[in-house]
Amino acid sequence: MPAEPRTLAPPERRIAEVKAVERIGAYDVVTARDSIGPADPRPGQFYMLATGERWGGGSDERPYLPRAFSFARLRPLAGGQGADLQFLFEEVGPGTRRLGELEAGDSLALLGPLGIGFTAPDAGRWPLLVGGGIGVAPLLCWDDELRARGTEAPVMLGFRSAAHAEAARLFGGEPSVCTDDGSVGRRALVTEPLREELSRDPHVVVYACGPEPMLEAVKALCGELGVPAQLALEAGMACGYGACFGCVVPTVDGYARVCIDGPVFAAEQLA
Amino acid sequence: MTVDPVDLCGVRLDGPILNGSGTFDAIAARRAFGDALLEAFPFDLFVSKTITLEPRLGNPPPRLWETPAGMINSIGLPNKGLTGFLESDLPLLAELPVPLCVSVMGFTRDELAALVEAVGARDEVALIELNVSCPNVETGTVVGADPSETAAAVERLRPLTDKPLIVKLTPSATDPGAVAEAAESAGADAISLINTLKGMALDPVTRRPWLGGGTGGMSGPAVRAVALAQVADVASRVGVPIVGMGGIASGAEADDFLTAGATTVAVGTESFRDPAAGRRIKAELAALRRSRPSVHAESTA
Repeated sequence: MPAEPRTLAPPERRIAEVKAVERIGAYDVVTARDSIGPADPRPGQFYMLATGERWGGGSDERPYLPRAFSFARLRPLAGGQGADLQFLFEEVGPGTRRLGELEAGDSLALLGPLGIGFTAPDAGRWPLLVGGGIGVAPLLCWDDELRARGTEAPVMLGFRSAAHAEAARLFGGEPSVCTDDGSVGRRALVTEPLREELSRDPHVVVYACGPEPMLEAVKALCGELGVPAQLALEAGMACGYGACFGCVVPTVDGYARVCIDGPVFAAEQLA
Repeated sequence: MTVDPVDLCGVRLDGPILNGSGTFDAIAARRAFGDALLEAFPFDLFVSKTITLEPRLGNPPPRLWETPAGMINSIGLPNKGLTGFLESDLPLLAELPVPLCVSVMGFTRDELAALVEAVGARDEVALIELNVSCPNVETGTVVGADPSETAAAVERLRPLTDKPLIVKLTPSATDPGAVAEAAESAGADAISLINTLKGMALDPVTRRPWLGGGTGGMSGPAVRAVALAQVADVASRVGVPIVGMGGIASGAEADDFLTAGATTVAVGTESFRDPAAGRRIKAELAALRRSRPSVHAESTA
């Protein structure tokens, strides 16, 4: 058994500095300089984030708990410690609303990297990346790493609308894009072209992150065709390091904590 | 910067900061942080998650809901059961650099007795906490809500171990002070409070209860004033040491609980926001004690 792809986190929350905020379609891409943490988080790992100032005190005194985000991109700092980390935000509630207000120079409180990242394919299989919406985030750094190793993986993405689909241009290659409304690319769920691709060449490992229905469809499809898949799950969590037991998902061995046993799970592990 | 050592029922602690049971999984945290966790361990005494006689899966998700300045959890005490705990968790918890308190809960007095006997026999365990916030399936009463039920449980358990027994009160009792008095007369060595307050949230879309367990336990700064009042009341009515908790997030707030009569304090929900919260709170407390060495109850500024 190879060691699980987990880079350890320093055991405390620390402050990173927001270096840049860029609007890409429906998403805010925030770059933060984490000068204390490790330079080598594994793609698929995540950070618990809160703004350094005014976290809480909004409408209804929320947000209160930090929010979990996979890092989307990584640039290690010179000297072997620390990294510039990129995160994708889309406003869905009080936490993401406040994070979306961040500007360059603001402080970002973070804990991480946390959880287990993606595992490279066994010999004889090739990676295939499937993302939906903001779930493209962990696939970006995984694509970067695969490219650095000389592997150009096909990337298949699904989005709600043209504004969301702008995130496709963050990828290095030429991802194939579907949208729910057909405004960009093919009008389909991403699992339609995925089925065609897997029927053509099943010698792949599917790496997927996206909304729950998409992941369920990917899991069912890969199960049907006998293709291994690694799914990066999202779940509401209070702590990110196994303390609260709030983020469980059913697996074949009972409940597992997304934060410490995942967020990346082999599809066949999930019940 | 350090605080003075504390004696809790004959167990010497380097300081007064504990974790609330079920708010820190030291074994999982070590997977996330490695041995750096042990080098800067956030607590002076580690309290385990509550264990039961039989393994429990816990409640179906969703298990969490964020509230104004707090949260509701519906976790449902997932644990490996007594045998699983003793075999796989206890050896790892014994590696922590602080004394260990094991929290136990039974659905009958026989279950509680089996747990206390087995856990009390282990040298790795310094103290035992009785989580009495569950219904006695024989009587249907929440043990900790009723002084005579609590006394009966403690009387039965007291002779079974020479380890100190801490009784953790539920804030949902009509008169937690009366439960504390009953526990003390039955032989409890310490009282800890408060456990979470019962809370509920509705799904914004379906309008049905959000939490998989229907209701859950509310914690965080939102409950701190309730906790402080209950700690002060219990402190005025019992002589045994008190472990005070409920929304503590700073050294000043820890100092409030100590001033109200607690011997030690526990940090819970704040650790979810920062695993090092216990250490920060201890440092803040030390700084406060140094600047204000003699602390007495003060009116609010």
